[in-house]
Amino acid sequence: MEIGRIIAYLISFAIMAGIYAVFCLGLNIQWGYTGLFNIGIAGFFCIGAYVSAMITTPKPTGLYAEYVHQIFGLNLPFPLGLLGAAVMCGIIAFLIGIPTLKLAEDYLAIATIGIAETVRLIFNNEHWLANGPRGLMGLPQPLSDLVDPRYYNYIYLVIVVIIMIVIYLLIERAIRSPWGRVLRAIRGDEISAAMSGKNIFNFKMQSLVFGAMVMGIGGALYAHYTKAISPDVFTPLYGTFIIWVMVIAGGSGNNKGVILGAFVVWAIWIGTRFMTEFLPYTLKARAPYIRYLLIGILLEFILIYKPQGLLGEEKKVSKLLE
Amino acid sequence: MAELVVYGIVLGSIISLGAIGLTLVYGILQFANFAHGDLMTVGAYIALFFVSGPFAWIGIPDNTFGPFSFGWRMVIAFPFSMLAVGGVSILLDRILYRNLRNRGSGRVTLAISALGASFIIRMVVLIIWGADYRFYRPGILRPALKLPLGVKIRPDQILILIVVFLLVILLHLFLQRTKMGKAMRATSDNMELARISGIDIERVITWTWGIGGALAAAAGILYGIDVQIHTGMGWNFLIPLFAAAILGSIGNMYGALVGGLVIGVAQQVSTAFLLPTYKSAVAFFIMILILLIRPQGIFGGGRK
Repeated sequence: MEIGRIIAYLISFAIMAGIYAVFCLGLNIQWGYTGLFNIGIAGFFCIGAYVSAMITTPKPTGLYAEYVHQIFGLNLPFPLGLLGAAVMCGIIAFLIGIPTLKLAEDYLAIATIGIAETVRLIFNNEHWLANGPRGLMGLPQPLSDLVDPRYYNYIYLVIVVIIMIVIYLLIERAIRSPWGRVLRAIRGDEISAAMSGKNIFNFKMQSLVFGAMVMGIGGALYAHYTKAISPDVFTPLYGTFIIWVMVIAGGSGNNKGVILGAFVVWAIWIGTRFMTEFLPYTLKARAPYIRYLLIGILLEFILIYKPQGLLGEEKKVSKLLE
Repeated sequence: MAELVVYGIVLGSIISLGAIGLTLVYGILQFANFAHGDLMTVGAYIALFFVSGPFAWIGIPDNTFGPFSFGWRMVIAFPFSMLAVGGVSILLDRILYRNLRNRGSGRVTLAISALGASFIIRMVVLIIWGADYRFYRPGILRPALKLPLGVKIRPDQILILIVVFLLVILLHLFLQRTKMGKAMRATSDNMELARISGIDIERVITWTWGIGGALAAAAGILYGIDVQIHTGMGWNFLIPLFAAAILGSIGNMYGALVGGLVIGVAQQVSTAFLLPTYKSAVAFFIMILILLIRPQGIFGGGRK
């Protein structure tokens, strides 16, 4: 019994870490390989989760529609939810890229914070869109009729890991292509890249959109894991900050590194939950803040003492240079 | 509508104070300080600490001045809190940003570090004070003064405008008349040139952080007097602050002043058509418009 509980715990740990690894891969395309400063990941997280939720659930009817409002409900299968989430995030990233990618990198950062906050405000206040602050519940889980619900997490873990590996291979392939080398050139020295005749704006836009699509898939995976979403999940703390810590801790510009970073930082985050058990009673209610404080301090330590992260950047990415 | 414009000017003056600090730091250190909003939060809470803690114990009277909602405690807490946040801001530079500068980290690394600092600051505030909304003086509604055009305004709000005006004049005189002010402007124009002219850049940076932090504290307290204080207030101000600084051209103090007023008025007037919670979204859309039409801001010359 005890062993069973530990295994169940490990499985749910691995699912969340795997979902975060997908976000980290998305951010790694933008930041690690192209130097795009996106600090509005929570916005793409939120859009991905909601779009997939609304694609895969039916539109409420009858009495149920009195209590749950959603703008559309297509009742389509899970893969189409993932696809829709990716496409929608790509479109939003494209729109945000137009005014910001020609300017210095900070402007993208400020604009992405803005989009993340705005998205959360819209989902919170517009009840007709996706049920306002109460959010959506009862999202379907793929292949859920195959096994007993008690063991469903095993199947979901396999799904998450497969999607994570597919995205990993896709990015590895892309980054080792001429296209990927241009991205790295832009990150290294934008002016030299431009002088080599590369259209910087187009390449940055492709990287931003690609990364955002991956984040959208991450959001969809999260939504179908928890089966219920509401706007208060997608805060800057939970949706953006921890992902940055994972990418920097693991090593920006290294896909294996950021996956490792996701698992290590998620383990630290879960570990601090056990640590707060020992807090005096008066501080118990504030335990989450103490945990975030520790994660913040961890980030500052890494930035100062080990800025390259655990694995560091892969210097050679061409398969011709062995 | 006239009333909303007046309230917008009050809110805008608070945004201006924050944006001036942000734009000074941006101009001299060349990086986006994402922790600036949270310095406002700290300022507001440190004033709350003084008002409800030490000043009560040492027996400073609690009664208020005439029509205002505060008394001696707040008058004394105000400069103390500005000093304290100026200190916090310099401390952050010593612990984090200076280390990164010395290691040759890029401006984006500094900005990420500032983002981390903003979360650290907010978490410390949350651990000490909790997540509840607070007032400096709960439950007392002051009578509003009636101005022409049906505008009702509280005496506190007029005082906020006067305090902001005085602080801006002081900063103007500091930048124009004192040696350190001139050194700051020189560094903002061209750091290398300033360095070879014998200006101690590290001292200039320390002063910049100190002034930026103190102004942020003032903005936070004034917002607390006008509305209320809560731990997310600084983060909610971040978008309006950046919108104001960009609108007024990054690095330009007077631009940030004008930008803050424009953003504040736009945010308040928008509440006639939109839910008040969309205020920061309004600032965001104005910012996107500026970035599309004139990314260097209204007072910027050509692009750098």
